[in-house]
Amino acid sequence: MADTLSPAQTPTQTPTGRVRSVPKLVFTDAEAGALEFPSSNSRSFNYFKPQRLRATMYEDVTVDVQPDPARYLTQDWVYGFAKGRGGYPTEWTAAKSSDWHWFRDPNQEWEQTIYKNNARLVRQVEQNIANARNEGAFERWSPAWSRTVAWHVGAWMHPEHGLGMHVFVPAQRDAPTNMINNAISVNSMHKLRIAQDLALFNLEASEARSDFDGRAHLEAWNDDPVWQPVRENTEKLTAIRDWLEAVVAANLAFEPLVGELFRAGFVMATAAANGDFVTPTIMGVAESDLERDLSYTKDLVGGLTHDEEHGRQNIQLFGEWLSRWIPESLNAARSLAPVFSEPEHSPVTFEDTLARARERVREILGELEIPTPKELDQ
Amino acid sequence: MPAATARRQSRTKIHDKIQELSWNPTFATPVDKYPTDYTFEKAPKKDPMKQVLRSYFPMEEEKDQRVFGAMDGAVRGNMFRNVQQRWMEWQKLFLSIIPFPEISAARAMPLAINAVPNPEVHNGLAVQMIDEVRHSTIQMNLKRLYMNHYIDPAGFDITEKAFSNCYAGTIGRQFGEGFITGDAITAADIYLTIVAETAFTNTLFVAMPSEAAANGDYLLPTVFHSVQSDESRHISNGYSIILMALADERNRELLARDLRYAWWNNHAVVDAAIGTFIEYGTKDRRKDRESYAEAWRRWIYDDYYRSYLMPLEKYGLEVPHDLVEEAWNRIWNKGYIHEVAQFFATGWPVNYWRIDGMTDEDFEWFEYKYPGWYDKYGKWWENYSRLKHPNGHGPIAFEDVNYQYPHRCWTCMVPCLIREDMVVDKVDDQWRTYCSETCRWTDKVAFRPEFKGRATPSMGRLTGKREWETLYHNWDLADIQKDLGYVRDDGKTLTPQPHMDLDDPKKLWTLDDCKGYPFPSPNITLNEMSDQERDEFATQYKAGGPAGRFAGRP
Repeated sequence: MADTLSPAQTPTQTPTGRVRSVPKLVFTDAEAGALEFPSSNSRSFNYFKPQRLRATMYEDVTVDVQPDPARYLTQDWVYGFAKGRGGYPTEWTAAKSSDWHWFRDPNQEWEQTIYKNNARLVRQVEQNIANARNEGAFERWSPAWSRTVAWHVGAWMHPEHGLGMHVFVPAQRDAPTNMINNAISVNSMHKLRIAQDLALFNLEASEARSDFDGRAHLEAWNDDPVWQPVRENTEKLTAIRDWLEAVVAANLAFEPLVGELFRAGFVMATAAANGDFVTPTIMGVAESDLERDLSYTKDLVGGLTHDEEHGRQNIQLFGEWLSRWIPESLNAARSLAPVFSEPEHSPVTFEDTLARARERVREILGELEIPTPKELDQ
Repeated sequence: MPAATARRQSRTKIHDKIQELSWNPTFATPVDKYPTDYTFEKAPKKDPMKQVLRSYFPMEEEKDQRVFGAMDGAVRGNMFRNVQQRWMEWQKLFLSIIPFPEISAARAMPLAINAVPNPEVHNGLAVQMIDEVRHSTIQMNLKRLYMNHYIDPAGFDITEKAFSNCYAGTIGRQFGEGFITGDAITAADIYLTIVAETAFTNTLFVAMPSEAAANGDYLLPTVFHSVQSDESRHISNGYSIILMALADERNRELLARDLRYAWWNNHAVVDAAIGTFIEYGTKDRRKDRESYAEAWRRWIYDDYYRSYLMPLEKYGLEVPHDLVEEAWNRIWNKGYIHEVAQFFATGWPVNYWRIDGMTDEDFEWFEYKYPGWYDKYGKWWENYSRLKHPNGHGPIAFEDVNYQYPHRCWTCMVPCLIREDMVVDKVDDQWRTYCSETCRWTDKVAFRPEFKGRATPSMGRLTGKREWETLYHNWDLADIQKDLGYVRDDGKTLTPQPHMDLDDPKKLWTLDDCKGYPFPSPNITLNEMSDQERDEFATQYKAGGPAGRFAGRP
């Protein structure tokens, strides 16, 4: 093929008579299909096996971006830790997989989905708060409900933040594949986003009502005996070294037993009866986040329990983890029982709500074919 | 009721409120996964970003929409009828490397969060984490579009595999692995944020896209300027952490060590790659367009070194002035970029992209921008063009063109191309070669559990099979190419080619053309020598160059 003209060989005189030094458009005919030659039609990433017949956009932009000596990384990791291998050692979790690269995020999260989804949710929250403010909804809360929002709903911003910042952000450093780490990083942003939403909602309420104590949540979280077991559970989750144990303990024990119990079981079920239509919508957003986060967690854990080589060992391991973490979260959940009696109108009871939370855990573990730990019924 | 609108709350109030989210744990503390030898007990609180997720997500969504709109436009407007193949081929290397450093930066954030006890900066670091996920996937998507619409998809189609097994990928991989491994502050703050992001993203994400546009590719600027618009926030993260580190005098020796390592490694790696892409990947030879050396002087020497780094001296930072000057000396006087480009072109048979030869017009531009260039490099590039089509001869690396195949630098893994600077030393019971005294110091002194008499138990290690050639010591070239998978879909034509000529199958090199050429490892060979042979070899090697010439052969 003849050498194409370079920009410098093309005229620089503009139609207006001005001479500018600018690279000029050159016809290179370098578009697909201009010639046929070996591999001229090789237009898919061919180094991984897609989950289905054709790779999705998510797979194309995610798979193998984090390399692995077990696949193509022939020179191995070129940096190591002082006391261990570098990169993403599979030993950072006690769980085993015959091929970690099997996992695909069922939410197919990549750049576009992350920002579209989260931007939609922050707009939804902002719009709901604006509607409430314009409609004077905050002022109509009873003093008792106002205290519940300031004290208890306010306190809830902390576990969301703690899990986001100190459980999921660290966990996304550690998993052996990019597909797992990206899913966890999105999970962390869900938590951090809702924590901030709750904090800013708290600020909004304190500006709308003179009796709303915008700092009450600090006292509740740090000193109220009702909240101390939740704080203890949260802090203990941040102290887990094994990334998958942290994800399992947070998403399969804490979230259904404490998170959903408080957000949906208490706030969403109780607020409307107390004249509050806005707080449940914020908690509802957190609930929809949880569905996405549970979705990837279940696929990940389910894949490991069905691993041909290590499945049985993994089931036993997850059982041990859950036997350790379910009592912590049940204890945290029980400590919240008095909260259910505080509002003037309580359409749900704590015991019913806890029973539903337990059932939820049973359902999830049933789907994953993990035997329900006896600690769930204690 | 009129439609409700979101009210803008006071930024200070919002920021103060968000600070209420963190607390001092009393039941258990976050696990200390990633240790550091730095101390932050006396660190002042500092949060320069004040980023709130409520505004962050819609802002990034809007930025994305602009990027994707441009992508649609490029495809509909047949952008690829105007892109230069010479340029696009280098993108097969660049875009195979860069998504990994990006995602590594995401993974590095918990290292910094864990090391720095001030919750005020944690928020900004967490936002940076998801920014980096954005960057990695948006860049992969750009590459996917290139693969779908550019004339030659070979090389793009094997991208992440090729990144993992090619010698050039290893060089680039330091730029990501260095962020996530070893002492948490060395990795996630000094190497990543203070040097890589603050200094070298200027040439990566600003100078290079400008060159892309000059070669008909306006998508690279679209994507990378969108990426770069996040970098200023990341730079603020790094700045606040280094100020905190400087507040404690015990950190200053470590800061001085890490800045020397990080500066030199970034220079060695990034200038090698981006300098080559900009100078040897362009068809734009207007004499008034900025050369890489000129861009470096402006973006890195003036904007970074003089305006950013030097002012930190008054806070106690020991700035490696000598290494900044030596980096410039290597670029301007020692031909670093040209030596690297020549090495990449020498190694074309084991690459996964095609490398265009230089023409008379290129020679003229190089001579104008880098006086004396032709006498050093012109003849070799003429040989490159002479040998570009298979015609009974071997690839240029196996022909007598007065080019001594170089030894690798054990530390930065770019070869020891400035021959007189090569250092040979026995480290960890192995004879190793280094491109420079600073790279020897990095391996032998800096990356060790003790530094200047103090324990540095958190410092990382240099590991792995660091000399790529070791993997294939004395293999036949054709077998190496098959093993790497750099063969097109007819099972014989090579993915790499030393030219742009796709119109005639006879011009395309195949496996058969590469049979019978053993490829020895310089490092294994070095370790097989007697002490006397090694000394003589080193003396000869250091007397060689420029342009890889053997000592005594003009």
